[in-house]
Amino acid sequence: MTAPHPDVALAIRRLGEPILAVENVSLAFGGVKALQGVSFHVREHEVLAIIGPNGAGKTSMLNVINGVYHPQQGTIRLRTDAGWREFRDMKPHDAAVIGIARTFQSIALFKGMSVLDNIMTGRNLRMRCGLLAQALRIGPAEREEIRHREAVERIIEFLEIEAHRRTPVGRLPYGLQKRVDLGRALASEPRLLLLDEPMAGMNLEEKEDMCRFILDANDEFGTTVALIEHDMSVVMDISDRVVVLDYGRKIADGAPEAVRANPAVIEAYLGTRH
Amino acid sequence: MIYRENGQFKTSYRADMQMLPLRQDRLFMVMVAAFAFGAVPFLASDYLFLSLLIPFLILTLAAIGLNILVGYCGQISIGHAAFMAVGAYAAYNLALRVPQLNFLVVLVLAGLIAALVGILFGIPSLRIKGLYLAVATLAAQFFVDWLFARVKWFTNYAHSGSVSTAPVELFGWRIDAPVEKYLFLLAVLVAFTLIAKNLVRGHIGREWMAMRDMDVAAEVIGIRPVYAKLTAFAVSSFYCGVAGALWGFMHLGSWEPLAFSLTLSLNLLFMIIIGGMGSLLGSYLGAAFIVVLPIVLNQLPGELGVPLSTATATHLEFMIFGALIVFFLIAEPHGLARLWATGKEKLRLWPFPH
Amino acid sequence: MTAVREHAPVAVLGAALLVGLFTPLALGLSAPGFWVEVVLGGLVAGVLYALVALGFVLIFKASGVFNFAQGAMVLFAALAVARLAERVPLWAAILLAIAIMVVLAIAIERVVLRPLVNQDSVALLMATLGVTYFLDGFGQTIWGSDIYSIDLGLAREPVMILGSVLQGGVLINRDDVAAAVVAVLLVGMLALFFQKTATGRALRAVADDHQAAQSVGIPLNRIWVIVWSVAGVVAIVAGVIWGGKLGVQFSISLVALKALPVVILGGFTSVPGAIVGGLIIGVGEKMAEVFLGPVLVKAFDLAGGGIENWFAYVLALLFLLARPEGLFGERHIDRV
Repeated sequence: MTAPHPDVALAIRRLGEPILAVENVSLAFGGVKALQGVSFHVREHEVLAIIGPNGAGKTSMLNVINGVYHPQQGTIRLRTDAGWREFRDMKPHDAAVIGIARTFQSIALFKGMSVLDNIMTGRNLRMRCGLLAQALRIGPAEREEIRHREAVERIIEFLEIEAHRRTPVGRLPYGLQKRVDLGRALASEPRLLLLDEPMAGMNLEEKEDMCRFILDANDEFGTTVALIEHDMSVVMDISDRVVVLDYGRKIADGAPEAVRANPAVIEAYLGTRH
Repeated sequence: MIYRENGQFKTSYRADMQMLPLRQDRLFMVMVAAFAFGAVPFLASDYLFLSLLIPFLILTLAAIGLNILVGYCGQISIGHAAFMAVGAYAAYNLALRVPQLNFLVVLVLAGLIAALVGILFGIPSLRIKGLYLAVATLAAQFFVDWLFARVKWFTNYAHSGSVSTAPVELFGWRIDAPVEKYLFLLAVLVAFTLIAKNLVRGHIGREWMAMRDMDVAAEVIGIRPVYAKLTAFAVSSFYCGVAGALWGFMHLGSWEPLAFSLTLSLNLLFMIIIGGMGSLLGSYLGAAFIVVLPIVLNQLPGELGVPLSTATATHLEFMIFGALIVFFLIAEPHGLARLWATGKEKLRLWPFPH
Repeated sequence: MTAVREHAPVAVLGAALLVGLFTPLALGLSAPGFWVEVVLGGLVAGVLYALVALGFVLIFKASGVFNFAQGAMVLFAALAVARLAERVPLWAAILLAIAIMVVLAIAIERVVLRPLVNQDSVALLMATLGVTYFLDGFGQTIWGSDIYSIDLGLAREPVMILGSVLQGGVLINRDDVAAAVVAVLLVGMLALFFQKTATGRALRAVADDHQAAQSVGIPLNRIWVIVWSVAGVVAIVAGVIWGGKLGVQFSISLVALKALPVVILGGFTSVPGAIVGGLIIGVGEKMAEVFLGPVLVKAFDLAGGGIENWFAYVLALLFLLARPEGLFGERHIDRV
């Protein structure tokens, strides 16, 4: 038996134990069943892609994971430093506190603020100084701002948006806004990053850049990523594993090549041959 | 040419994050401060102090307060004069019943009481927004109006329902003359502006603006809406409370409950719309505008040889107010402050066209 | 289960109001006839509030704009009728006023609303605030600022009814009855208009979704002009009735502020809601002033009543906390 190729060995070494387990989650809106008994897990440092035809329940899945929707059945379990935490009724704020960050399909940036300020808001959970300290802005408050500014600048540098620091985000082109969105999510140093179609509406160059950023974030910062994506080539390129949803059910779960060849997946996307 | 940032490189984040990063801005501020503190006391007449400068300084303070809530945090309030009333009556009662208290302490305490009331009336904002919140703030306005008119304890059982105050004494300095009041108020305003600037560029300011721009996303990144909204109400009411106390003690001298009515609330709102929401400079510009306009409308026709009766002048004032509000909302929703910023942009390029 | 939890706060409030309504009667604090009078007085005031609120609802239904200026429009209309009626017969004055209000409506729509069509609701609210101030000054400049009267030609002496049934009988005013009748007729006509006619259907479509309505060919601008004109006519009716009762003066536009709690209770988009809300506010206010007021004055040694000034708003606030979309309004869902 030959030794695995060094790159493969690296990949295997990199992936850790599961840190997120979705267990038998069902979500319904009135009569509409968005998710039905979906279970999967995400391993640490993994890049997981969630794919499926339109209306399959992908965004609902992300919304359940970060507490925007509450499932009628099933639980989400996240591994924190203090052990596994189980929840079903978590609020988005609590999700942020335990280290889940996300971006949205329609860019949910703060249009009235600059790029720098937007990404700085991502640091807010780590800012400790109280109102009075901020009002007087001497000593601890000033030092804290500077410390977090340094962290944010590292992200700005990483995303190559230095030139646009002071621009109000509303004025940036779409591709750059998506990058700022990613930056804001990264700023909170999350243990799990949820990306909802991070490359929607981008041209080829922008997509390549975005892929690079996601992979680099995964590499350098060790961030675990779960992303929803429609572009198959992107999915093949960057994901370690793929989960396929169709009509709210999971129909495949495995390595990208295996999933691509899976007949059920092909049928879901293209329909059956008559 | 004059306004170029060329050559002003910042080598530390601290330098980049200071309040006035451009040398020209710092110079301008120093000149303005020198003029305001050093020249105006000698140049202005008593009339100018009493009818223009003193109301301007106090109303700017209140406008900053309202701007923090409406402009920075995006919560509407059309009853904010209620908090000025709370501050004024709190200060009056404190000065009356605990006369040993230093006036500065009275001001701060009055502000804190107004802040508490502000938090109370801010609680509805946790459940309702926009127009509904506007109506809720009206409830605050009318209820507070009634409270100070009817509960006799607040007015010390005065028959007429109005209260009067003695001139303020601070560390032995009797602040009586118009120029003295002006200097005191100027110092207070400068201090409070610096504090507001610090808050607004700190992380609480970013939390406020995040709530304004997209509160759902703000919650997702870990901002607690309750904390953000209630601190906005608290700080905003603190400022208005102090402004109300100053308005009563230093401008009016004596007042009845109607002094803090809906008209004042709407005037504050107009100040920040015309001046610029979400801008401290806008609060200054808006307050100046609202204070100057009636005086101009009263004097100008006479100067131009077209005398107007007071009634007509008032009606005209209303018409111009109304028209200007609409004009600013259509043409420049970010108010005079944006016009100023655009002017500065042009100045950066001057004499080149682009 | 959630349905019960949803409706519980409102039910509690409603129950409290009902208890408050009948307590004075139960406790024998006054003659039953007097109680009926207060209630009727409240109902009449409620009808008048409802008329002003109707204007709000119409405009909000069709354009999503909260027309703060409705009160000023009522005042303007009333002033117009009062002053014109000094020179021409009342019916002619009313017709002329209708024409003026239509022109005004078109002007407001074109000058103020169309440029602001994409702004958020708060900006639009502020714009109508500006219009209020403008109309205020403008109206008083044109028509004058004294108190004028509108003579509706109805007998002024009140009539005693139910003298045999209730001790003391009940005094009612003929013009109050006329007001109530007119209001009911107006509401009925508006309801029919919205439900049965093509224009009414178009209006409801526009209220629901501007873009969808446009894409099926509904002319948005014309619809808005129609709506604002109808609101103007409603303002005239309200103005004439208010003016006939109180005399036309500036305080009318302040009274119109009272209509805000009415639409909160009734929901911003409901015509029947405006009526129900108006009646609840009207009766609640009067009861509070007449029966609750003296109790508070005695208990807290207050300098007089004046509960009326804030009762409606506080009531609206409580309802808002219990049910943010009003009794008949539509639930607003935030999409992420």
